[in-house]
Amino acid sequence: MHLLEGEGVTRYFGGLAAVSDVDFYVDQGEILGLIGPNGAGKTTLFNLISAALKPKPGRIIFKGRDITPLPAYKICRLGIARTFQTVKIFADVPVIRNVMVGALFGTGHYVSSAQARKKAEEALEFVDLTPLKDIPAGDLTLAQQKRLEMARAIASEPELLLLDELMAGLTPTEVTEAMSDVAQLRSRGITVIMIEHVMQAIMKISDRIIVLDYGKKIAEGTPEEVAANPQVIEVYLGEECDA
Amino acid sequence: MNIKRLTPARWAASGLLLVVFIVLSLLPTLTQGYLVTLLTDILRYVVLTVGWMIFSGPTNYMSLATAAFYGVGFYIAAVFNGPLPFVAVIIIAGAVSFVMALVVGALTLRLRGVYFAIFTFALTLMVTSVVLEVERVVTGTRGRFVVTESTQTAYYAMLIVTIVTLVMAVLIRRSRYGLALQSIGQYEEAAAHSGINVVLTKVMVFAASAFVMGMAGAIIATRRTYIDPGIAFSLNTSFWPVLMALFGGMGNLVGPVIGAAVFTYLGELLLTRFPDLYMLIFGVVLILAIAFMPRGIVGLAEQVWGKIRGGRGAPA
Repeated sequence: MHLLEGEGVTRYFGGLAAVSDVDFYVDQGEILGLIGPNGAGKTTLFNLISAALKPKPGRIIFKGRDITPLPAYKICRLGIARTFQTVKIFADVPVIRNVMVGALFGTGHYVSSAQARKKAEEALEFVDLTPLKDIPAGDLTLAQQKRLEMARAIASEPELLLLDELMAGLTPTEVTEAMSDVAQLRSRGITVIMIEHVMQAIMKISDRIIVLDYGKKIAEGTPEEVAANPQVIEVYLGEECDA
Repeated sequence: MNIKRLTPARWAASGLLLVVFIVLSLLPTLTQGYLVTLLTDILRYVVLTVGWMIFSGPTNYMSLATAAFYGVGFYIAAVFNGPLPFVAVIIIAGAVSFVMALVVGALTLRLRGVYFAIFTFALTLMVTSVVLEVERVVTGTRGRFVVTESTQTAYYAMLIVTIVTLVMAVLIRRSRYGLALQSIGQYEEAAAHSGINVVLTKVMVFAASAFVMGMAGAIIATRRTYIDPGIAFSLNTSFWPVLMALFGGMGNLVGPVIGAAVFTYLGELLLTRFPDLYMLIFGVVLILAIAFMPRGIVGLAEQVWGKIRGGRGAPA
């Protein structure tokens, strides 16, 4: 049984198919990369998995259970956490309390304030934000806000983490750090699906990659297979390689 | 975190609060008449403003339904006071407002920003019309007589409801639901994806705030002999709490309490001294307050205090 599985997942915006009949799965412990040109439907697929949107039609199955009808907060409590492409933090709230939200509400079981604080501190340690834990989250840099979102997601004890462009806009050093963070997530037993435009990073770190274009899945396989796929090179990597 | 709260300043504040409540609870034995009535009025607005703040403060959902919940309290008092003991009437009024807010909240809290404000505003008008129609068609009356309570009884009832409201506000603020409400106000989508049951949290807290508004309405109604929908559901009741909270400052709970007290007293003063110019002067005061005290009286006080201490404590 796959950890997460999507069957014929489809979503239209008006007449435009943002995601069209996509089948996908991710297995326990895997790092799955999701790539494709801008507007390919990657973030929409994340929104469908995390129930920000509902697939019409299509089904999403988590640990053998159909989670399609569940609201977003229940998806989180079941163990699927996410970050956002455009950061969505609680800007006026101190950093640590941002993360405590995940620990207090996202785990699916009762967590006391003291436990939540401890969990939040651990998560902040993991993303190297400990020294900044008492300032308002809005005062962080963009890169730090992205890491804060990751900490908030981790604090909800996910089994599956959806990372939406964690590395966008980061310096090469920061990208290397972010990659080691993701690798560490796996060693903690967290399965990861990540959307990324930083090609070297995602090719290096993913076990498997799915390529979307115009809402359709056009390729799937190991990074090598995907990189060698002529269709992928045509729609996507061709330009990148020349650059 | 709990240890940090018990600073000397906190102790002093708690002590001061206790003294204030002791003075307030002994007051009717020392004086009678106008002062007690004025204080009842002030406490009413403290309840309405803090009640409004419990929900609208952290979430940034501006509710203009205060008059609807408050007015329901009026009518509950008109119907039940006399046949039922006063205490029961107050609790029923709170409960009915609570249930009404649950229903309204479940229907409307999907709306955001200005749409929510407009709907809650319309709700007050709608309830008024419904009550008017029911009186016209079913009972064939306009308005009702209310079995009155003494000035003192009303005062004590309002004092207790005020304490209940303040305690509730502090408890919610300090609990995990305070953080949940704040998260909802800052980024509702992220709150939902972090595991917060956004709809339930909003609806329950909205209903809790309606509970105290309904109780306040039932108490004030017994100071009138006659009420009608225009009196019970006066739209001013929806706007005053918003203005009082702005005037006092929304950063903490002291702000709305001070805002309500100063505003009510100022209103009384202007109404008795300058009955013709009352609204005009009030409007000017309000505009000046918003222009020059964007964070309310409390914000201004903090700023002044910061300057006195050498600018170091000045708020950013």
